[in-house]
Amino acid sequence: MRAWDVAERVFPLLAIVAFFVLWEIACIVFHVPVFILPKPTEFLGDLIRRWPAILPNAVQTLYTTIVGFALGVAVGAAIGACIGLSRFVYRMTYPLLIGFYSVPKIAVVPILVIWFGIGTVPAVLTAAIMCLFPVVVNVATGLATTEPELEDVLRALGASKFDILWRVGLPRSMPYFFASLKIAISLAFVGTVVAETVAANIGIGSMMILASSTFDVPLVFAGVFLLAVLGVAMYAIFALIESRITFWARRNADIAA
Amino acid sequence: MNLGSAAAAAAMPKHDDADVFVDVRNVKLNYKAGDSSTLALDRTNMTLKRGEFVAIVGPSGCGKSSLLKLASGLRRPTEGEIVVDGSPVLKPIKIVGMAFQNPTMLPWLRTIDNVLMPLKIVEPYRSNFRAEKAKYEQMAASLLAEVGLGNFKEKYPWELSGGMLQRASLCRALIHDPRLLLLDEPFGALDAFTREDLWQVLQKLWMERNPTVILVTHDLREAVFLADTVHVMSARPGRVLVTHTVDIKRPRTLDDLFTDKASKLVHELRSHISHDRSV
Repeated sequence: MRAWDVAERVFPLLAIVAFFVLWEIACIVFHVPVFILPKPTEFLGDLIRRWPAILPNAVQTLYTTIVGFALGVAVGAAIGACIGLSRFVYRMTYPLLIGFYSVPKIAVVPILVIWFGIGTVPAVLTAAIMCLFPVVVNVATGLATTEPELEDVLRALGASKFDILWRVGLPRSMPYFFASLKIAISLAFVGTVVAETVAANIGIGSMMILASSTFDVPLVFAGVFLLAVLGVAMYAIFALIESRITFWARRNADIAA
Repeated sequence: MNLGSAAAAAAMPKHDDADVFVDVRNVKLNYKAGDSSTLALDRTNMTLKRGEFVAIVGPSGCGKSSLLKLASGLRRPTEGEIVVDGSPVLKPIKIVGMAFQNPTMLPWLRTIDNVLMPLKIVEPYRSNFRAEKAKYEQMAASLLAEVGLGNFKEKYPWELSGGMLQRASLCRALIHDPRLLLLDEPFGALDAFTREDLWQVLQKLWMERNPTVILVTHDLREAVFLADTVHVMSARPGRVLVTHTVDIKRPRTLDDLFTDKASKLVHELRSHISHDRSV
């Protein structure tokens, strides 16, 4: 069993290494030209060599993503709370929300550019809009699913609506909330990069567009790689926070393991 | 303590009795859902003496649980009134403790914190909870020890078995020393042996603290073992069909259930319910 436990931890790393090794080998064997598909060693080399020039772009993208994420989560949690706590608000706003949700978020970037010009603001807002909906839906679901019997136990003691929300509703919706944060942070990256490719002079998205227009393909791939690393890192951070705070919600998996 | 059938309802029970703690007077309860409405209780009468242990048995859907909701003030009757400790019940009355078939422990709190939850809600404990926390934790710990969970108070609910959860649920219902304990099939989901253990636990707690108890149950042996008085309710709309006094000395033991007296009573209760179902 122990050997298997170790293997379970090592295999994901092996899969990642194998992916890049196969990529490298395929490029060599099939003589793929650099401007079609650079070898991992090529774009990773580029990433390191040109790091001083890439770093400000990475910082900008990370900064934009985090600000947009924070904004989206705050607004999303507030909307989700309103919807989850009141059937009336839920009924009233549901069609509107679905409508907003159905609009491809890329379509709003040109509007944001008209309003705020090119730069950080439209990217922040795009990131915020991207991560808004999963947070709204999860917070609302979490709040709307309190066990009626538990509510009775507390209400019979004269608990107010606020007591029940504070003691039961909020803690109970935490697993839903944290699950949505993991999704939201990834979507915030998507929003930032999409906006940067259209309307920014700095940021990884902007850097990649510039690089592709000069056929600097290794730099484009370096950008993609960097985005993947940042995305995984942020996801891992929120997964860690989630497991610390809502350990009780994943109890079955833990006990089984 | 008496009363029940429709005929008896005409002659109202005496209210001047100072010992009467809960008085259900001619209560009718209608559930409305859209255009249709269901009559859950019809002209139900029942009195409970202070400190009495009453069991209510009856077929499914006869309004037993509704009666508990009315007694706790979570619901208002459509007609009639319920008087607890001399005053009519108009809103949640705060002197009740409740336990259900589903123990509904909060998974993010340790067992002892779950038991303490009512003290964070109800006065006078609420306003001095922080100041007196150590004392209250001591109270909860000794209560848990009494039901055999002394070593489990630091555990989370999902680390406990079904029987343990129900013990903890009883503790939560009793921590604020309620004068009225409302139990809605608390042992319904447990296996027979665990259930019998918990009957004894509940009897012990009741004898020590002596709250007035209304126990709703499907289990006639449970009713006979625990209650001073058993009310049999009819199928919907629920009324009290018949009332039996259980004349067995306390503390009762499981052996008492195998005496002629007890078996006869269980049999008789069963026949009332069978008869009502076949109608």
